[in-house]
Amino acid sequence: MRISVTVDGVRYDDDVEPRLLLVHYLREHAGRTGTPIGCDTSNCGACTIALNGRSVKSCSVLAVQADGADITTIQGLANGELHPMQRAFHEEHALQCGYCTPGMIMAATDLLKDNPDPTEEQVREGLEGNLCRCTGYQNIVKAVLKAAQGVKA
Amino acid sequence: MTAIGETPAEVGKARVRKEDARLITGQTNWTDNITLPGLAHVAFLRSPHAHARITRVDVSEARNAPGVFAAFTGQDVKDEQGSLPCAWPVSEDMILPDHPAMAVDTVRYGGEIVAAVVARDRYAAADAIELIDVDYEELEPVLDMREAIKPGAVKVHAEGNKSYTWELANGDLGAAFNDAPIVLDRVYRQQRLIPAAMEPRSVVCAPVGDEYTMWSATQVPHILRLMLAMVTGIPEQSLRVIAPDVGGGFGSKLQVTAEEVLALLLAKRLGRPVKWTESRSEGNVAVHHGRDQIQHIRLAADADGRIRGLDVDLLADMGAYLMLVTPGVPILGAFMFNAIYKMDAYRFNCTGVFTTKTPTDAYRGAGRPEATYAIEHIMDDLAAHLGVDPLEIRERNWIKHEEFPYDTIAGLTYDSGNYEAATARARELFNYEGLRKEQSERISASSPVRLGVGVSTYTEMCGLAPSRVLGSLSYGAGGWEHASVRMLATGKVEVVTGSSAHGQGHETAWSQIVADQLGVAFEDVRVLHGDTQVSPKGLDTYGSRSLTVGGTALVLACGKVREKAKAIAAHMLEVSPEDLEWTGGRWAVRGDPDQGKNLAEITLATFAAHDLPDGVEPSLDSDATYDPDNFSFPHGTHLCAVDVDTETGRVKIRSYVAVDDIGHVINPLIVDGQVHGGLAQGIAQALYEEAAYDDSGNLVTASLADYLIPSAADLPSFVTDRTETPSTGNPLGVKGVGEAGTIASTPAVVNAIIDALRPFGVTDVEMPCTPERVWRAINEAKGGAR
Repeated sequence: MRISVTVDGVRYDDDVEPRLLLVHYLREHAGRTGTPIGCDTSNCGACTIALNGRSVKSCSVLAVQADGADITTIQGLANGELHPMQRAFHEEHALQCGYCTPGMIMAATDLLKDNPDPTEEQVREGLEGNLCRCTGYQNIVKAVLKAAQGVKA
Repeated sequence: MTAIGETPAEVGKARVRKEDARLITGQTNWTDNITLPGLAHVAFLRSPHAHARITRVDVSEARNAPGVFAAFTGQDVKDEQGSLPCAWPVSEDMILPDHPAMAVDTVRYGGEIVAAVVARDRYAAADAIELIDVDYEELEPVLDMREAIKPGAVKVHAEGNKSYTWELANGDLGAAFNDAPIVLDRVYRQQRLIPAAMEPRSVVCAPVGDEYTMWSATQVPHILRLMLAMVTGIPEQSLRVIAPDVGGGFGSKLQVTAEEVLALLLAKRLGRPVKWTESRSEGNVAVHHGRDQIQHIRLAADADGRIRGLDVDLLADMGAYLMLVTPGVPILGAFMFNAIYKMDAYRFNCTGVFTTKTPTDAYRGAGRPEATYAIEHIMDDLAAHLGVDPLEIRERNWIKHEEFPYDTIAGLTYDSGNYEAATARARELFNYEGLRKEQSERISASSPVRLGVGVSTYTEMCGLAPSRVLGSLSYGAGGWEHASVRMLATGKVEVVTGSSAHGQGHETAWSQIVADQLGVAFEDVRVLHGDTQVSPKGLDTYGSRSLTVGGTALVLACGKVREKAKAIAAHMLEVSPEDLEWTGGRWAVRGDPDQGKNLAEITLATFAAHDLPDGVEPSLDSDATYDPDNFSFPHGTHLCAVDVDTETGRVKIRSYVAVDDIGHVINPLIVDGQVHGGLAQGIAQALYEEAAYDDSGNLVTASLADYLIPSAADLPSFVTDRTETPSTGNPLGVKGVGEAGTIASTPAVVNAIIDALRPFGVTDVEMPCTPERVWRAINEAKGGAR
């Protein structure tokens, strides 16, 4: 099937198999390998992207479902300078191996859209769908709270 | 420590990481990102049975499927694949069965590879896997270690189910237990765990003529290269192994895997590059598991609680085969059951048992968490038996700070430590007395939600390892590490380390060390690792060894650079080298500090080489290989408070204080991060995770929907702090921090749960302490049905 999607500001027109997962489309057809794959049951959230401005796990969307969509991945988040969430992750040491980081940053960014001033507990609940094996989440939570402060200020 | 300059500027600073730039922007180089012209994709068919004979494998239909280049069975590769390596034959009579990368006639765990397809893309490969026809003759699975070693048990391997028995004994155990006023006899269970690094394994192998480059999501590129050469017979110098960005390991990528060996053989057969990337469900059955021990521990004590002797019998589940260090993992625990305590006698005995489950091997802590759990659990049991505070019973037994260096009953020499200081600090941060008071109040009020306080005063051995010690334990290699420092003409520095990072922050911490050692800017140092062509010598990353061993190698290499620079600086300044001193990050004339040369100036003069002293080579570059004399021994006191809802069995961690003594700290930001992550993994063992098998030997936790890695919502915020007793074994005074949190936290949490439930008569809850298990333990203690 023919699809047309905008990924990080660039339009792609491609023929794809109907069964192709969006994350495989992004990685292997559009060459946007910044979005990794961590599981096959949509539990880990590593592949989280923004589809028309809302976060989705790109392993649980078919490429054909994204036809006409505007997609932002971790590679399109920085606009000349780092996004406040990226900066907060860096400053608060909210990543170690970095494999969950793209999904975590995308999910956290969306979380703040819904709730610009979350409590620690709301951040923890809000990121429940994104797994990290390195950080124990402590600094991720700190980073999201810090980014929230930055966005407000 | 070598005094370098007056004030170390970088070491100790909470530097944000250099690594982050690529990781937060998605410019990371994961193995699965790699694409090459003509790259083919490999998929494996895995056994659905725990134990079966393969009577027929038919790949003909798969071979003819669209987009398929080739398909192979075990018969096709059996003459080339050799046997997957085990580098740690712990005893001379250890049973070390043949371990084919692809099963040839028998499968011994669900997930073992039985066929491979190589195709145009991953979808075509996955489709073709469905077309392979295999006939199995099912055999009985072997799932219970205690049953497995009984006479007449179904055999996993023809040679038997007992791989080895290994014993360590010191002191007169009979005398210690004879007439002892207190003897505690306990059996604890270490459940099986799945390491579950977030990046699934991936391997790419490209042939160029008769040479091969392999990219692999591995912790151990150097060991992998050596082992691939030994297994396949391809000469070592024809192999290059690259570990690009690697997304976590925790021991799971300290391995030489079937998939790596087969990727090499398939690339060689087809003469084209191949890639294999596992799915998570594939990884849960095929990546080695961790822990899985039955621990029988007996402790003899005097009436006042002073330990007389400790007697430990372990059954350790090897799984179906011995992998790289499988048999050695429980043996590492032999040196840690005695922990921080003094005693007269000790015996450790471990039997390695084969079952038809995924092989086990190193998982964060490897042997030490198991030992620490058992001793810290039984110390709490001893305190409860005597009716004294758990911290008090520990203090009666621990090595006093003035007694270091201390030769332990297990035969190690602990160089330094201060258990009193760490415990005092932890008590203070935790509000120990306040929580104990609240606990009594809740008991008096018969509150349905009980408060429990858990204690873990752990130590561990890090800095693997003195090569002589490894030799005495029959390990197949040494424990040294290598570093080299290359001075670039522009005054910048390239540092090559043999310790390959996968999230630990080497690029940042190593830059801090070099900045102080050479008087250069943090930003001017670039750290290279993880490529056998760039970093030809190394023994990689595991066992909290990178800083203690690799960091020391780096300090030594920097020292050589300074010494080479000294002769040239003297020549430039027209003074004798003896008149120079290294001060403020430069060589300066003693008594005339304005007269001096920094390393950038000396390096440029060396590069130009127009006017060097006679006989001096025009290079400051230096290497060092360091073999430690001893392990390092981080320690600390962790305190955990839990609320246990006795009506639902739900456990909630209310507060957690970790005070660790890891010696000097290079970067506190990185150290805190390591502790947080370690705590999360140790808590996960206590509360959430278990690799569970059904009666047929199927792993029922094969996906992340079933295997419960905690999310942010499942964990508390931690309070972390440090005391600082430097290691005397290395010039940096460092001890290592990668595993401390995991080792300490599991017993702290479980002890807290049991502490809350002791008034009901509960003495143990098997891990993971799920609400159901906690509720059943309470109910059973009350005399109810299980």
